[in-house]
Amino acid sequence: MHKHLSRYFGVFALPTLLAFSVAFLIPFLLGIYLSFTEFTTVTDAQFVGFSNYIAAFADDTGFLDALWFTVKFAVVSIITINLFAFLLALALTKGIKGTNLFRAVFFMPNLIGGIVLGYIWQVIINGFLLFWGVDITVNADYGFWGLVILTNWQMIGYMMVIYIAGINNIPPQLIEAAKIDGATPLQILRKITLPLTMPSFTICTFLTLTNSFKLFDQNLALTAGAPNRETSMLALDIYNTFYGKIGYEGVGQAKGVVFFLLVAGLALLQLYITRSREVEA
Amino acid sequence: MEMRKSKSIPTFILLVILAVLFIAPVFVVLINSFKGQFYISDAPFSLPNALTFSGLTNYLNGIEKTGFFTAFLYSLFVTVGSVLLLTLGASMTSWYLIRAKNKVSTLLYYLFVFSMIVPFQMVMFTMSKIANILNLDNPLGLIILYLGFGAGLSIFIFSGFVKAIPLEIEEAAVVDGCNPIKMFFSVIFPILRPTAVTVAILNTMWIWNDYLLPYLTVGNDYKTIPIAIQYLQGGYGARDMGALMAMLVLAIIPIIAFYIICQKYIIRGVVAGAVKG
Repeated sequence: MHKHLSRYFGVFALPTLLAFSVAFLIPFLLGIYLSFTEFTTVTDAQFVGFSNYIAAFADDTGFLDALWFTVKFAVVSIITINLFAFLLALALTKGIKGTNLFRAVFFMPNLIGGIVLGYIWQVIINGFLLFWGVDITVNADYGFWGLVILTNWQMIGYMMVIYIAGINNIPPQLIEAAKIDGATPLQILRKITLPLTMPSFTICTFLTLTNSFKLFDQNLALTAGAPNRETSMLALDIYNTFYGKIGYEGVGQAKGVVFFLLVAGLALLQLYITRSREVEA
Repeated sequence: MEMRKSKSIPTFILLVILAVLFIAPVFVVLINSFKGQFYISDAPFSLPNALTFSGLTNYLNGIEKTGFFTAFLYSLFVTVGSVLLLTLGASMTSWYLIRAKNKVSTLLYYLFVFSMIVPFQMVMFTMSKIANILNLDNPLGLIILYLGFGAGLSIFIFSGFVKAIPLEIEEAAVVDGCNPIKMFFSVIFPILRPTAVTVAILNTMWIWNDYLLPYLTVGNDYKTIPIAIQYLQGGYGARDMGALMAMLVLAIIPIIAFYIICQKYIIRGVVAGAVKG
């Protein structure tokens, strides 16, 4: 229909494509290449095969510990965030007074950035731990639960808003009909609300999963990995490998590639599994 | 009806308690920002009293140490510039890639979508080196980097809506003698405006709060607000807790203001963006 549309490539797509190449495409390809080399700046790379990958998984680099910590954190956060968010969404779709104000308050923390969030919660958690005369850097468990509480506080509101949209999309006639047939509230929840909000579950588990795996700012501000690097998540571990010690840039990049494969693989797998369980109203 | 009313009272009370718990952390930071820096860690939950109250000292210290107002202006410049450029660039690119419908445009579309699932740590080192080489290590350069790194999600969101635009509308404009550029701005972009608001809101929330990308590219030369806050963390124990509290408050104020003004759009944008994503 549009004749000679390709003449306009330079106006419509080229500027974004150039920025995309500089900010993503070239760094991505160069990153894959560099993960097989040893380098300190980009120009002095020496090909070393898979040795960076082998080094990344060696015990002393902390990568496997960070992976395990991240997995534990992700599992706990995904469950708690989605559970609380869904319960709040149920409570806020019953026409209770002040629903809009509650929704606004619960959503608010989501707008605050990770660095600021981390320091806010550091003060509060240290304040509570003060009763036992310790602080968050004493035990990795404190940091772990601190991060869980922080991300719950941050993300419950966001997921709640998505669940509210999902619940409001359920045709009211369905619920009315079920009530007339004598269904209990629990039956309505199990047979109508839950199956019909599966698309919201897909979105929310996807978002919480990828966000939990990619968490960085909050981790840096709340514990910075302390004690030692026991509370380092994957992103922070990669950052410290790159910038913490000279000569480990190749290992850092190899960790980056593994991290990418992990996040991408998990995201696709999760989408595939939950998408197949969605039903139409 | 009677039963529902009485049943909703416990829920209401529970929601009030939860709402208080959600606001409490910000309140704790606020009260501590008025206490002397050495009184904060000892009793973070007590209100300031005659001994611990320090007036605006923390604010003045913090502003001086971090250059907060300069940081605010850099944050504002980078966020507004990036969001405007991203909204424009991504909407134009989406429309072009969908309408061109050839192998190259399809490939480019999938490349953009692919970039969404790549975590920043995969490209952070190489990106900051390239930004260095190309002299993009300044606020203006950050805007270009955000256009490139944010293009994937924005194009993905726009594309769903571009596909829904009936071709007849565009045909009518072509018959009237519009070239694609004029047609895009007079016909397509106005239709995409609600989507543009969504894209702008999502990108604002991301870029305003982003720490690592600007830190690795411009470092402490052009501190944005998150960099300024992290800058106060001069090694554990040695930092000025009072200044930190005050700067946290100053960092939260613009966000709350933005939220109060645009609340409706923000929540709508989040839902629309998530449902597409």
